[in-house]
Amino acid sequence: MRAWKEFTKGIIKENPVFVMALGLCPTLAVTTSAVNGVGMGLASTFVLLGSNTVVSIIKKMVPNKVRIPMYIVVIATFVTLVQMFMKAYFPALDKALGLFIPLIVVNCMILGRAEAFASKNNLFYSIIDALGVGVGFTLALTLIGAIREMLGSNSVFGMQLVEGFQPMGFFVLAPGAFLTIGVLIAIFKAIEKKNKEN
Amino acid sequence: MNFLSAFAIFFAAIFTNNILLTNYLGMCSFLAVSRKVDTSVGLGLAVTFVMTFTSAINWLVYHFILTPLDLVYLRYIIFIVIIAAFVQLVEMIIERVSDILYASLGIFLPLITVNCSILGVSLFMVIRDYTFINSIAYGLGSGIGWFLAIIAMAGIREKMDRSRIPNGLEGAGIALIIAGIMAMAFVGFSGMLNLS
Repeated sequence: MRAWKEFTKGIIKENPVFVMALGLCPTLAVTTSAVNGVGMGLASTFVLLGSNTVVSIIKKMVPNKVRIPMYIVVIATFVTLVQMFMKAYFPALDKALGLFIPLIVVNCMILGRAEAFASKNNLFYSIIDALGVGVGFTLALTLIGAIREMLGSNSVFGMQLVEGFQPMGFFVLAPGAFLTIGVLIAIFKAIEKKNKEN
Repeated sequence: MNFLSAFAIFFAAIFTNNILLTNYLGMCSFLAVSRKVDTSVGLGLAVTFVMTFTSAINWLVYHFILTPLDLVYLRYIIFIVIIAAFVQLVEMIIERVSDILYASLGIFLPLITVNCSILGVSLFMVIRDYTFINSIAYGLGSGIGWFLAIIAMAGIREKMDRSRIPNGLEGAGIALIIAGIMAMAFVGFSGMLNLS
């Protein structure tokens, strides 16, 4: 059952955002609402899937010295595809995510998976790993987006929550993003420590 | 007039539109390398240097090569390759020229290729349609802004070594919360200047 294990590890035990603290730039920037979180998560998952697949196929052909630039070029190619697709089919989401779609190129989570996993494992496990980490990333972004949207604009996925509640605009701004994620990372770490002690 | 706008962009990039604290770019290395003041000075200098020059090079490439050839859609790939090549070149030059400089800056250079603030600056400059001078001002200002933020953070974290941190918060958690408080201070600058 190695495949199942590789899939689930990316979701909780090695969650890219809460445990590894990787890929934080898009996590902080686009999670002003839950919808943006989902969109960014899915876009990154697609790029991750593509880059893990290609890297795992070409891993024996790439000289060790130039592997990082090679991986980045592979990632940049998939990012260009995603950007074109988004522009054509989801123009509103493309506007909301803005610059952070092209910045998936330098998302350290994606390069990290290429370097740490896909360059050492076969095609099948690399795809499973990409799916697991991608799902973990998407869930994390959705959770953060939902919390910030709830507190900052009194809604979740665009639906209003409590009538007459004055939302704290602070949570939609930069400081709110840092605080929300800081607290969530701390909670994850505290739970993990508890589990280890038991 | 042109000079004035470059000046305004320079200061806005440092304070009101700080690349790290308001645009969230360059978080990974910001969290990883901000434990000690002297290492973060090294990284900050390297980032400022690379950012200024790559924004200039990327501006020239974008306006004189990509636009006339109608290859604008390739810009992400081209920009990141230029950044990686520039970083590699600087590393080789520094290694030849000065051992001291290599020891203090060289080890950070490979980290910089994947620092998203560098690519971010090049992309912002294209989106906002800056002139050549303004792009350089923006690159330099953003670099200095990043430099300021990481030094402030490293100073706070050095002090924090001796304090007791609540369970679970140590490491990335407390660092992000400190960054949040710093971002609040930088929000205070907003309204002084405005970058469209």
